[in-house]
Amino acid sequence: MTDLQRAFYDVLVIGAGGAGLRAAIEAAEQGARTAVVCKSLLGKAHTVMAEGGIAAAMGNVYPQDGWKVHFRDTMRGGKMLNHWRMAQLHAQEAPDRVRELEDWGALFDRTPEGLISQRDFGGHRFARLAHVGDRTGLELIRTLQQRTVALGIDVYMECTVTRLLRAHDGRMAGAFGYWRESGQFLALQAPAVVLATGGIGKSYKVTSNSWEYTGDGHSLALQAGASLVNMEFVQFHPTGMVWPPSVRGILVTESVRGDGGILKNSAGNRFMFDYIPDFFRKETAETEEEADRWYTDKTNNRRPPELLPRDEVARAINSEVKAGRGSPHGGVFLDIASRRSAEYVRKRLPSMYHQFKELAEVDITAEPMEVGPTCHYVMGGVEVDPDTESSVVPGLYAAGEVAGGMHGSNRLGGNSLSDLLVFGRRAGAAASAYARETDAAPLREDDLTDATREALAPFAREGGENPYTVQHDLQTCMNDLVGIIRTAAEVQQALDRIEELKIRAKALTVQGQRQYNPGWHLALDLPHMLRVSECIAKAALEREESRGGHTRDDFPGPDPEWAKINVICTADGEGIALKRQPLPVMPDELAAIFEEH
Amino acid sequence: MSYDARLRVWRGDASGGDLQDFTVQVNEGEVVLDIIHRLQATQTPDLAVRWNCKAGKCGSCSAEINGRPRLMCLTRMGTFGEEEVVTVTPMRAFPVIRDLVTDVSFNYEKAAQIPPFTPRQRDADGNHRMQQVDVERSQEFRKCIECFLCQDTCHVVRDHEENKPAFAGPRFLMRIAELEMHPLDGVDRRRLAQDHFGLGMCNITKCCSEVCPEGIHITDNALIPLKERVVDRKYDPLTWLGSKIGLRPKD
Repeated sequence: MTDLQRAFYDVLVIGAGGAGLRAAIEAAEQGARTAVVCKSLLGKAHTVMAEGGIAAAMGNVYPQDGWKVHFRDTMRGGKMLNHWRMAQLHAQEAPDRVRELEDWGALFDRTPEGLISQRDFGGHRFARLAHVGDRTGLELIRTLQQRTVALGIDVYMECTVTRLLRAHDGRMAGAFGYWRESGQFLALQAPAVVLATGGIGKSYKVTSNSWEYTGDGHSLALQAGASLVNMEFVQFHPTGMVWPPSVRGILVTESVRGDGGILKNSAGNRFMFDYIPDFFRKETAETEEEADRWYTDKTNNRRPPELLPRDEVARAINSEVKAGRGSPHGGVFLDIASRRSAEYVRKRLPSMYHQFKELAEVDITAEPMEVGPTCHYVMGGVEVDPDTESSVVPGLYAAGEVAGGMHGSNRLGGNSLSDLLVFGRRAGAAASAYARETDAAPLREDDLTDATREALAPFAREGGENPYTVQHDLQTCMNDLVGIIRTAAEVQQALDRIEELKIRAKALTVQGQRQYNPGWHLALDLPHMLRVSECIAKAALEREESRGGHTRDDFPGPDPEWAKINVICTADGEGIALKRQPLPVMPDELAAIFEEH
Repeated sequence: MSYDARLRVWRGDASGGDLQDFTVQVNEGEVVLDIIHRLQATQTPDLAVRWNCKAGKCGSCSAEINGRPRLMCLTRMGTFGEEEVVTVTPMRAFPVIRDLVTDVSFNYEKAAQIPPFTPRQRDADGNHRMQQVDVERSQEFRKCIECFLCQDTCHVVRDHEENKPAFAGPRFLMRIAELEMHPLDGVDRRRLAQDHFGLGMCNITKCCSEVCPEGIHITDNALIPLKERVVDRKYDPLTWLGSKIGLRPKD
């Protein structure tokens, strides 16, 4: 292994989005020798796409807001399947995590009193999202990036990890990967590894996610012996662009609705009033008049149904389109033009204005947008201890979208950016503490040889098919058969196809050289995509109920028995094993919050 | 709706390369990046290109399209005639790695040299208070998606590799302006801007502002005001006198 680059750290963070950078900052500040490895250039991670804001009960706009209300909203939004302890820590710590961003240079929009402004979002009782126009993710990533650079943390840019390395006793020893630029391999030794790799959306055809979202962290964790929780819960954001075809799936921020936008069908009806579930009836407006008054008077009016949690709105849009009341290109209309002045729209939603103007030639201050559901986020992820983000593998941590439990069956908008900060910091702290008291384990040379052989295998084969075809077929399969509405027969069909795709993926051929070769990179990402797709499909077949981001046409309602069960995936040879596990029980003092608020 | 477009793409690496001609299908509404992806999927699976969000938010897919620095994800094929040959080449100001991918490490090195943000103390209740009007100046510069098209087009470095050590480029001079105008920051970087980051080499031709996909007024709102502040510091007679008699720090 002479051409193998080697380096040694205390804490190795995989992924440079919000969670990864926040973990690295914390680890470095606590004195750990820290490195970040990321597939793209620093500052390009998917966090940059987040638009609306960071949910934190700071009470700057509504003093009656507080962590208990945020906790309650989060649990109810997740249909009570969230890990209560994660939801509690998240609600309690988010305000401090937002404030410290200002100490690192972030510039949020302000209230008239000069405090951080907060905006309305779906499922949140009070205006609570700290924001910068509709480019909050960019502000978050740039702030954390600049802090990372100021601390002198080593960043391995455009570098992909293909395998986690374990010691003989099973604990973490480091990671193996390749430089995208040169195709050269590297082995990074570290007793503590933090996974912060984001999500899985690239397994779906219509998605708001970038090429990076191939489920690497989920898959690496499984291979290293960790477990995944509730992979059946995939969030379809209700409002993605639908036209033109090349932009189908690109996100249209929920802030459009938070700032007054409404959904209409082809008949011009505000159809969300027909889709208010009993679970949210008490807190949702019954008439358009009440809904419109709510924007300025939240005490005496209830929320507009357009601001129900995302799973509810996505299903409603899906039903309207299926019933033949959709827009010309298979979505529905999202209208803010007739509701707010052009100046207000340009000021509050500048990147949406820009995005529709540039990509669809639509002026959103003058005409409605066409929108429809797009695969956006996976609630399922690595099963972690809520306080430390440690997986069951000693030395392996996970934070952000790759971790599971926090959001239950459905994530509220704005709770992702706060999740990244709260649990990124906790993972970094726990990883550095663990590394302080743990000796680095030596890397096993046979593992390195095997990882090298595996990575180069696609070059050695001849006559196989092109990785892009296999990826395309997987995306179509997941989109059509394990999408927003599911049935046992279709999910089973998907599982059969995934088995065929696994065989095809093993026979791929890659053309060209190792230097910056996207075909090769995709060939190495595909096994991850297939592994997480199998988890999603198997868990979706297992859970015979409908809840949050998992809707079964053959089991249309929630089931009180399933409300107490998590579905756990582990690796089982080449396949995936499932088990049911009881949900952790919430302590009485937290359960009481649901009666008070 | 669909047609076959003629595309000319630079392929090669640091040792050299050439423009290669392709015929690729184009559908309604597609952007240049879609066409590059179709080339990868159907004809050239190893064609190197950087991209991420495909929505003009991350600044990864910078290239030169018919010679003009642009984001491939925001350049619609409809802006060209169906008969027109569309030429896509890597950014010229940076060394080529392969095909459309360039080595942009120059930018990360410059970023790391700028003295970091250093805030004042929080208020007693743990908050920072700032007025919207005061944050908006720096907010405009924080819209930057670091596509580095401004760096690519700036004539100070575009064909003058020798200027790179002494010149940070519009992106990072704007970063210094952002920190200068930041309501909470307490560090004076004006002398560094001039002496170390080459502010004086900028002769405000506004090429950077013209290519900015975010429409940031780099020259008018960042670089010219920064030049004014540097001059104030250097030639203000009170500052000069103060530094002579020891009332003001010499730096």
